[in-house]
Order: sequence, then C-alpha cells, then structure tokens
Amino acid sequence: MSALTVRDLTKKFGPVEVLKGIDLEIGTGEFIVLVGPSGCGKSTLLNIIAGLERQSSGMIEIGGRVVNDVAPKDRDIAMVFQSYALYPSMTVRQNITFGMECRHEPKSKQDAAVADVARLLQIERLLGRKPSQLSGGQRQRVAIGRALVRNPLLFLFDEPLSNLDAKLRVEMRMEIKRLHQRIGATIVYVTHDQIEAMTMATRIAVMHRGQVQQFADPDTVYRYPANLFVARFMGSPPMNTMRARLEAGNGGPVAVIGAGRPDEVRIHLQRYDAAASFVDREVVFGIRPECIAESSRMFTGAAPIIVSAPVEMVEPTGAETIVLLRLGGEAAMARITPDLRPTPGACADFALDTRRICLFDPETERLIT
Amino acid sequence: MTGELSVAMQPGRSAISGLLRRLPEQLMIWVPLLLAAGHIVSFALWTIWISFTPSTLVPVSGWVGLRNYTAVLATRNWQIAFNNLLLFGSTFVLLSLVTGLLLAILLDQRIRGENVLRSIFLYPLAVSFVVTGTVWSWLLNPGLGIEKLVHDLGWISFRFDWLIDRDMAIWTIVIAAVWQSSGFAMALFLAGLRSVDNELIKAAQIDGAGPVRMYRRVILPTLWPITITVVVIQLQFAISTFDLVRALTNGGPGIATQLPALVVYDLMFQRGLLGRGAAAAVLMLLILLAVLLPYAAWRFVKRRQAGHA
Amino acid sequence: MRKLSFEPSRVLIYLVVSLLAAAYLAPLVVVVLNSFRSNQEIAQASMIGWPKQWAWSNYAAAWSGFCVAETCTGIRPYMLNSALVTIPATIISTMLGAVAGYAVSLWRFRGDSWIYGIVTLGLFLPQQMRLLPWTVVLRDIGLINTLTGLVLVHTIQGLSFTTLFCRNYYAAVPHELIRAARIDGAGFFRIFWRIILPLSSPILIVTVIWQFTHIWNEFLYGVTFTTGQQQPVTAALIALSAAIADIPQHGVQSAAVLIAALPTLLVYFFGGRYFVRGLTAGAVK
Repeated sequence: MSALTVRDLTKKFGPVEVLKGIDLEIGTGEFIVLVGPSGCGKSTLLNIIAGLERQSSGMIEIGGRVVNDVAPKDRDIAMVFQSYALYPSMTVRQNITFGMECRHEPKSKQDAAVADVARLLQIERLLGRKPSQLSGGQRQRVAIGRALVRNPLLFLFDEPLSNLDAKLRVEMRMEIKRLHQRIGATIVYVTHDQIEAMTMATRIAVMHRGQVQQFADPDTVYRYPANLFVARFMGSPPMNTMRARLEAGNGGPVAVIGAGRPDEVRIHLQRYDAAASFVDREVVFGIRPECIAESSRMFTGAAPIIVSAPVEMVEPTGAETIVLLRLGGEAAMARITPDLRPTPGACADFALDTRRICLFDPETERLIT
Repeated sequence: MTGELSVAMQPGRSAISGLLRRLPEQLMIWVPLLLAAGHIVSFALWTIWISFTPSTLVPVSGWVGLRNYTAVLATRNWQIAFNNLLLFGSTFVLLSLVTGLLLAILLDQRIRGENVLRSIFLYPLAVSFVVTGTVWSWLLNPGLGIEKLVHDLGWISFRFDWLIDRDMAIWTIVIAAVWQSSGFAMALFLAGLRSVDNELIKAAQIDGAGPVRMYRRVILPTLWPITITVVVIQLQFAISTFDLVRALTNGGPGIATQLPALVVYDLMFQRGLLGRGAAAAVLMLLILLAVLLPYAAWRFVKRRQAGHA
Repeated sequence: MRKLSFEPSRVLIYLVVSLLAAAYLAPLVVVVLNSFRSNQEIAQASMIGWPKQWAWSNYAAAWSGFCVAETCTGIRPYMLNSALVTIPATIISTMLGAVAGYAVSLWRFRGDSWIYGIVTLGLFLPQQMRLLPWTVVLRDIGLINTLTGLVLVHTIQGLSFTTLFCRNYYAAVPHELIRAARIDGAGFFRIFWRIILPLSSPILIVTVIWQFTHIWNEFLYGVTFTTGQQQPVTAALIALSAAIADIPQHGVQSAAVLIAALPTLLVYFFGGRYFVRGLTAGAVK
C-alpha cells in the first residue's frame, strides 16, 4: 500500500510559483529524504503534506485517504521541527502527552505511552524537566518522542538536525536511522544536507526551483544524476563538470576536453552506448572527484587512463588529499591518497576511472542515457 | 518563511458548519480588532464631517464648506496657540534631546549608582502632567517659589517671574515638559549606546580614537535612527499637550500660553461651538500629519533600502 | 562594558550627574517637605523650605477633609473613582489586546494586515479628534458622567497599545510552536491558553504597567466625560487648585498631589524595569 501519494501538486504565493507540479509515490516503511538548496520548495511541500499550508492545486493522499481538506490533527501524521518546537512552559512529559490531552485520551493510556517512548529514547530521567533545562541533543530526542507517541501513519521531519553541532549531528543521524529500522515507520525527511540524504534515505527526492529533479535510491542519484543540477548538488566535493567534444574512435566515442589545445585530454568512453548519438557534438563531461586519483591507483574492473595535468592547489584533509588541477584547461578536483602531496604549479600524473563517467546534454542539461 | 497558517481560517468545503464551530474564536479575534479599528476610522471621519457643518451646541447636519476653518484660523486665540506650538514644540524637543543625550552619555561612563541615577531621571515619566504642572506652578510662582526663596535669602532684586510674564510664560511650559520627558530620550539613547557593537569600539580603539572622537565619529552616528524616533514622539506629545498647560498656566496669563489642544477644548465644551472645535481638532491632526507623514516616508524608504541591500 | 574612561575628568562627570540628579529630584523633595508644613508656615515663607514643625494633619485633610465646592470629602472619593476606572480598564484592555495581538501575529486571516494597520493608526490619532464622538456615543448609551463610561473609553482606546505591544512580543514566538500544536490537535484557544499565555508574563507586566500609568494619569477624558463626584483624581486636583485659589492651602494641596501621584510612583519603583521596557517598546512602533 502506498503511505503517501502526492499528485500534480502546485503552490503559489501570489504570483510566485514555489511548487510546480510535484508527483511522489511513497510506500509504507520507506525513508524518503527531500533534499535541495534553500528556497527549492522542500519545506513548503512538507508543510502542505502536514496540512499546515494549503496547496494551490493537486492532491494528497495519506494511507489511501485523500486529505486535501483535512486539518493537520486529523491527517494521522506527526512532525519534528528544525527548532524542535517544544512547548517552553511544559515539562518533557507534558510536551509528549499534549497531543493525547487534546484528543482527550485517558490518563492511564498517556502514562503508558510516555513510559514506552521514554524507554525507547532513553529520556526517562528528563521527563520532569522543562525544555530550557535540556541540551540540544536531548531536546531533539524529546521532539522525536513527541512524534513517536502519536504512532502515526507518516512521520515528517523538517531539517531536524540543522541546529545541532557537527558531532551531535552525526550521532543523531545514526540514531534516527536506527529508529527507522527498528520501528519500520514511514518517514518524509527534509534537509539541505546531501550527506544526510545519502546516509539515511531509502529514496531521495532532489528538489530545485519547485520541481523534483530526481527521485531515486541514493546510489542511483549519486552514480546517475538525472541532470547537471543533481550532479553538482550531490556529493562533496561535487561532481566535476567540463565542456567536452565527442569524437568517433575505435571501440567507442572519445571525449575530448579542451579540444585543439596543446594539453587537450582524450578519454575513450567504454560501455557508454548512448554517447554514440552525440558524436561530433558538444557535451558536458562529468566525473566524480574520487574517480580521479593518483596514477598508481588500481580501479577494479577497468584499466585506468593516465593523464598528466598541472596542479593548482593542494588541500590535505587528513583522510585524503584534495587536488585542484586542470584537465584540458578546465578546473577539476581529484581525491588522492593522503600520502601524496603534489607540488602546486608542477604537472603530475593522475588515473581516471572511466566507468563512472556521466555525459550531459548541454542544452537540456539532462544525463545522456 | 511567513506565518502562513491560513488553513484553519479559510472556509473549507463545509463552510457553514466550520464557521459555526469556529465562532468563539472568530468573535474573540474580530470584536476587539473591529472595535479598535472601527472607532478610530468612524470617529475620525465623524469629527471631520462635523467640522464642515454649522454645529454649535449640538451636532447638526448641513454644509458650510470651509467656514469653520476660516473662522478658527482668523481668531487671535488660534494664531497665538499656533505660534506657541511652534516655539514650544521646537525648543522643547531640542532641549529634551540635548538633555537626554547628555544624561545617556554620562550614565554610559560606567559610573557608580547608575541604576539609582537612572531611576531619578526617569521617575517624572510616571507622574501625571497634572501633578507636574501643579508642582511647577508653585515652584515658578514668584510669590511662592524660587523667586520668593531667593528674596528671603536676601537677594531682593532677583527676578524670576516668567509664569506671570506674558512674553516669557511659554518657557515655563518648556521647563516643566523637559523635566518630565527628557528621561524618555535618555532611556532610548542609553539603549542605543548600549547596543553599539563592541567590536566597533575595539576597532576604533585600535585605530587610536580617544573618547571624544570615539563618541563623535563612531558611537553617536549610530544613534541617528533613535534620534529621529525620539523627535517624532516628542513632537507628537508637544502637539497634543493639554493637561500640563491646564495645570501650570491654564493658558495664561491672558491667553499667552494658549495651545491648539486648549483651543479645541475651549471651542467644544466652553463656548459650545462644535463645528469650529471640530475644525480646530482637524487642524491639529493636519499639524500632526505634517510631522508623521515625512517620518513614515523616511521609514518606508529605509525599509526599501534594507530590502534591496 | 565600555573601556572608556576620562580618568582626569571623572570628578567632573560625577559632579554634573549629581547636579542634574538634584535638579530632577528637587520638585519631589519640595512637595514632600511641603506636605509636612502647615499652610501658615508656607504662606509666611516660600514653597521651598524645611518644615519647622512636622505636621501630619495635611494628609488627613487631603485624604478626607478639605472641600471642593460644597462637598467636603477630601481626595478620597476621587482616588476611588480613579481606581475603579483604571483597574478594570487596564485588565480588560490587556486581555483583549493579548488575544488580538496573538491572532494578528500568529494566525493569518483575510484582512489581518489591514485591520492591524488601522489599529496602529490609533496610536497617532489625537484625543481631540475623538472627544466629540465619544461624548455622543456615551450620551446615547447612557454612560456619560459614569465610571463605566470611562472604563469603556479607556478600554477601547487602550486596545491600540495593548494589541501592538503583544503583537510585537508574539512576533518573536517561533511559528513552528504553533504548527506543532496544531498537529497535536490544539485549536485557537487551547494554543493561546496552554502555550502562548504561559510565555507572556513579561509582556503582560509591561502592558499592565503601561496601561495603569496612562489611564491613572489621564486627564482630558476624565474632565470631559465626567463632572463633580464622578471625576477621576487628576481632574479633581485641577478643581481643587481652582477652588482654593483664594485661600491658599499649599500644605494640604501638596499632600493631595502626593497621594494622587503615589499609585503610579509605586508602580514605577516596583516595576521600573518593565516600565522602561514599555517606554522603549512603545517607541519602536
């Protein structure tokens, strides 16, 4: 059964169209992450799913029931907010039971539910405290507890980790993922952080300018970005994209970067059948930074292409060294082993993994498949 | 993100039952707001209308054009009141600005007993104008107050009789008004001084600015917006000054300290000339608008600039 | 926190500050001293002087003795009038303003910004523009020259300020709080009662102090809409000055002035912080 269906949803604020026809179909137990830069409409979409804002047109179905005109409290959802939105004047216990109190549920049931949730999230000791007496991570747990106690069809998370410091964010990220695996809830999770999207989601919806650019599992989104926006948004550092020209060659087309220049780079494309129709045309050549490595690196499954390229800058991060280099005059980043520190200004040899190359149509910006 | 919580307030499919269910909250929202907004609009319009009617003791309909206005503007009473307003308004605002700024800068010097001193400079604001006016009428009364005291101390030729001097009486109102409300300017300026970015001051110190230059070039320029706010609020107060004058001079000696608010009251409730009284009230509103509209325009422009920045 | 100090001139600073403080305090000191001096003593010397003999009788006379026109009740009934007007008007206008401010700032509804804009105009409309209409309205509903009438006037007039104060305060409440509560199933009133009101004590104190001070000190409406025994104490003080102009009783008058000013002065001394906050909040309109 589908837990959430969104069909042809639009939202206008006056003349501004923030959502332009969104379609999503989400199955029970899925962990969907809506990711995109700020202003892409992801939070508006979440608020419309929650019923906190009204769509301009389109349909929303939760658990097989059309909820277009249903009040938020009757949609069988729970929501965790960026600022946690804990009621400041209430204790943790009251925060968790407030929804049940509004629904006039008996005290005994409230107590039992609080006890369950508190045990699950290990917040038993905090139940008597006010939100102002909690740390950021504790507030986050309470906010999640308030959602859990409702036991809804659908959980909505609105950038819940963005107010936490980096270390805590990683911990809570794992905790939310573990929670999802344990209780099998259906979750729609909004974030602008592509790492959260990659690590937690069963499927990612990348949004930009009020449209879903790609809706697929994390591996697909990462390996086969549907368009240039997704390619450049997902991954850190992002995918290198360079102008190139396709030429016919032996055993497949050849991408030429910086064609005509003395330092032009020629790359034979293996198993990229779709590229054939773009021979003798301009394309955008995309390659992930981890697919450009030191020349001694062995890539499984294919022989690397070795190119010599001038190094502009070197950024050691500890776990790896990031190198800014020029391929056929175009800027690119490489992730090489931390043991090597190429000299800026000099040329060095790099190995290119050609299996993970993406080509994009420069006009439509779509992936050539 | 705006507070776009429109759903609960929008009539949905079952508009009528929804409306009934939300009736209590709708009443609680609309009744006070409509009372507040409605009385402002209707009262203002009604007074404007009366100012064009021949109403005397009771409001009557009819149309006399601008006759009430020309009549009011022609009276010596109004002319003196208007001149007094210009004189009183400008000196009062200037003096309370200067005093308030001086007090604020002094209190900003990390002096001992700052809280006590601040309370002393602010307490007149808690007192009514009637009380202020009464007390100052005693202090400034030559037969009772400061002049009498100095005489009793032996300086017989000392004179401080502005209260009964036609030409000087208006300054007694300035004195009392500055005493009463310079604390207000001080409070706002002090808040402004305290909110100056500390890093700005550190930067200026590293640049080698001494205290005087620090205030003149770095700190005081940040107080511009506050200054304008203070000026507008004090002008608004000056234009509607009534109680203070009633208690201090009651417009006298003669009509030497007449102000527009007193003229309005006099026309409406003592002479029974409602039409003219209303016209004088509308004139007061126009004077106020002459202050507020430029202020509103300035705020609008500033907000636009901030929006584009 | 400033590291500015004109070390050599610090003496000067203290000197100037002390002189100014003395000037600001002088009128209060004079009135307090006079309230303990007999009328004869003041008449012989000046208003400014130390009491030769501390006389408490001025307070008794001011409170319940002296006569205005034919009635010899002192200031007591007028103080009571002021209290009976100020307290209900303060409470009602604060409550309504809190709900209205909550509605305007945290809920969207058709025409909200228009209505709110007009309400804020009320801060600027001079009292003189409202004198005649209020007179007519009060007469038509039979409340002219009654305390109830004054309560009504001050309540409605006060809504502009109370709504503005509360709206500005509630504007800082995160909208997510309201959203969370709506998902929890709370409605307009439950959200107000359980979530917003418990957060509101600072602004309610500011608003109450502001309203109390203003209504207590108000004169024009009091003198216009009431006469004689129905007048608030500010109007009575003016009547008192006029009534005893022939035979000055400055000792008694000083005591009366002090008694009349006492409630707001007490409010100021006990709620000074909130009083100042109200001043600055009112200025940032």
